[in-house]
Amino acid sequence: MPRPGFVLEVDRSTPPLLFWRGENFSLEKLPAGRSRVIYPPEPLPAIDDIDGAIVHALLNPIDSDPLPAQLFPGMKLTIAFDDVSLPLPKMQSPDTRQRVIEAVLDMAAAAGVDDVHIIAALGLHRRMHEYELRHALGDRIYDAFHPRGMLYQHDAEDHDNLAVIGTTDHGEVLEINKRAADSDLVVYVNINSVPMDGGWKSITTGLASYRCLSVHHNGETLQNTRSLMGHRKHSALHTSIWRLGQVLRDHGPKLFQIETTLNTDMFPKPFDFISKREWEWNAKDRATYLATTKSLNRMPVRAARKIFHSIESPHQMTSIQAGETSAVHERTLEHVYRQQLVPVEGQTDILTLGIPFVCPYNPDGIMNPILVMCMGLGYLFNMYRNKPLVREGGVIIMTHPTYREFHPVHHPSYIDFFEQVLPDTTDPVVMGHKWEKQYAEDEWYRHLYRTGNAYHGVHPFYAWYWGAHGQQHAGKIIIVGGDPPTVRRLGFTPASTMDDAFEIASDVVGRAPTITHLHVPALLVADVT
Amino acid sequence: MSSGGSVSRSMVRRAARLGGSAERVVTRIAKPARNLGFPYRKPTVPKGVEVPPAPAKLGADYDTTWARKAPARAARTVITRGPLRVFTRLVARPEVLGVDRLDDLIARGDDAPPVIFTPNHHSHLDTLLMVEAVPEPWRSKLIIAAAADYFFTTRTKSAAAALTLNALPIDREVTGRKSSDMIRDLIDDGWSLVIYPEGGRSPDGWGQEFKGGAAYLSARTGAPVVPVFIDGSGAIYGKGMKRPKPGHTKVVFGAALRPAEGENTRRYNARIEAAVTALGDEALTDFWTARQRAARGSSPKLTGPEYNGWRRQWAIAEQRKLGAAAKRRRQRRRWPDLG
Repeated sequence: MPRPGFVLEVDRSTPPLLFWRGENFSLEKLPAGRSRVIYPPEPLPAIDDIDGAIVHALLNPIDSDPLPAQLFPGMKLTIAFDDVSLPLPKMQSPDTRQRVIEAVLDMAAAAGVDDVHIIAALGLHRRMHEYELRHALGDRIYDAFHPRGMLYQHDAEDHDNLAVIGTTDHGEVLEINKRAADSDLVVYVNINSVPMDGGWKSITTGLASYRCLSVHHNGETLQNTRSLMGHRKHSALHTSIWRLGQVLRDHGPKLFQIETTLNTDMFPKPFDFISKREWEWNAKDRATYLATTKSLNRMPVRAARKIFHSIESPHQMTSIQAGETSAVHERTLEHVYRQQLVPVEGQTDILTLGIPFVCPYNPDGIMNPILVMCMGLGYLFNMYRNKPLVREGGVIIMTHPTYREFHPVHHPSYIDFFEQVLPDTTDPVVMGHKWEKQYAEDEWYRHLYRTGNAYHGVHPFYAWYWGAHGQQHAGKIIIVGGDPPTVRRLGFTPASTMDDAFEIASDVVGRAPTITHLHVPALLVADVT
Repeated sequence: MSSGGSVSRSMVRRAARLGGSAERVVTRIAKPARNLGFPYRKPTVPKGVEVPPAPAKLGADYDTTWARKAPARAARTVITRGPLRVFTRLVARPEVLGVDRLDDLIARGDDAPPVIFTPNHHSHLDTLLMVEAVPEPWRSKLIIAAAADYFFTTRTKSAAAALTLNALPIDREVTGRKSSDMIRDLIDDGWSLVIYPEGGRSPDGWGQEFKGGAAYLSARTGAPVVPVFIDGSGAIYGKGMKRPKPGHTKVVFGAALRPAEGENTRRYNARIEAAVTALGDEALTDFWTARQRAARGSSPKLTGPEYNGWRRQWAIAEQRKLGAAAKRRRQRRRWPDLG
């Protein structure tokens, strides 16, 4: 039986704690008596018969007819699926998407459906490489559909292939992929890694256009998104998306949502020590840690990155539900919270976060400085329900080398954003008004997004907006071990050691602040009361 | 005198200086080691936190995968064909019979299906005899089902059993799904299995009733069962003996058995036991007598006579006279020299 997550009060006998530092780790000692560490729950057991569970979910959907009953010869069937940003790290084959889509295709074949399109729901993310598509969908699907042009990636800039579904009472326009809009049935295959994902967000962002996304992906909305991973009513982003969802439900194509959840078994051997509680490290874990950190220290970052991005997670499916989008998503959230929720009492003055080598926007790429901000303030800071782990005006301390390095193929507009926008302003609202349009409409970025493997020109803004609430909430943000000029460019304060960081933080939170450390991996959502 | 005294004083001073510098070196080396904490040393445990017991890695949970990799197989070949073969031949002098019954399977060479050998069990020597007697192509891909609670209790014992005999830990109380899944996978990979259906060595020299594990595995995997009777090993190194008494043994192979259509595991197991019993009779008498008695259902039971006590022990001595044990060279009596 997996153990639930818990809050450890740090005392004198607490060993140093593991912090991510990009493509490496460090062990840091936190002050005894006023620090606490939130440990995630252990991974839940996977479903015994995953393929059986998939078929069962498709035949017994929630608030919807069974999938085979909705399939008929001559129909237009579109299957959309989450892109490479999920799950992290990529899962060991067979991927959930492959298993589910193969089951859907089996039923479509039995029903005599010929017109099937499979679309990667990228939104404004980069196009997936062939090896990534093959990994997510398997060779059988790729080889059968891609050569015939029936497997492709959504293009949010292909205006001929976008269709307006309708407008919300707040004036938000819903514009999605035309093939999906014209289909008799859209089946969406989702992987719900965090509570933020899934539901109406799947189609209204994954298959949407820039015009549609910019309505809610902006500085103001994200600043007002007070709980990205918690209650939807506290999230301006989700409120807007749910309004668009109603438009989709009332005026869009017929939908069949399939949502899956994974357990948090994220790192295979020999890296499994990362997920262990430090006092439970055995001699082998300690030796692996020492060998890993010492060799990573001596290795070029590029090689270390290669090693980390080649990791394939052993995580497995813990639930699958299909049917009507809202009802399915409620059930999905129950499963996500069952795996990730940890009750925590009260806020502290300081929140410490180890920033890993990967975030949803750099699979097989470089964790550039903007993504460090996005991962720290956009994702890890937001892993709470009710209220943040750090009090308003408190200090957030992150550990990451924050090198000034960008992936030229995946993140071309990030380079200009760093050189042009950040020296001018780090305020999400100001940069949105002043710079966003120029990047969104840049022809070169548009070309790279549509034909290469680049994120859309506007994506660095979205990554920055993701941290808008954390940036606004914190009194000071410190990065330990980061390249000082780069960290300053982000508007943060560099520190060389954790002790230095606490010293710097004392200006804001006094000499004896209370501290919370979020122990990642695995994923957890702190239910702060 | 005075010059000798100054020499000894200077030597003492030099020794003192040497001692001092040695102490400084040791202190310098020892100091960082003393100061090293986690992760160089075991972590301390925070108050109020319970450390769960480490998952079992011995017994039935011992992972023997490494023992089936190429380096371990090469080492095993050297061990079994070198010192173990010499030891077995010196101590047990095996006579191997009935291999011709497997000729049809052997003729298939590398395409021969994996099989499950089910010998009776009187001694640890039985495994050495099987390793020696099992013909190719099975010998080089042979795993031995060994009692997890006996051979896999410590790391050293486990590693030795896995390396030298390719032993696989089996829980003899319950055949867990994990064990049977693992064996099924190994058989699917082409490994043959030696399993003792009696579940352990004979406590008194007579056999024990067969448990259903071999029949179950054969039915589950489709691998045929080859019944085997080993005679004489109990007299050489039976249960409870402190050291082996060299002697003769006989290993008799029977024809391969397969589960019949609609046959349940219990009946199949009874058939395997009957086949081993008949081979036992054959080993002690002759083929024709054994076949006749088997046809009449009057083969002497492996489990011995029904009665208990000294008569049972007496009967074993009578039986041994018929078998390979009877060939033991009597020790030369050494009469005392009374002058």
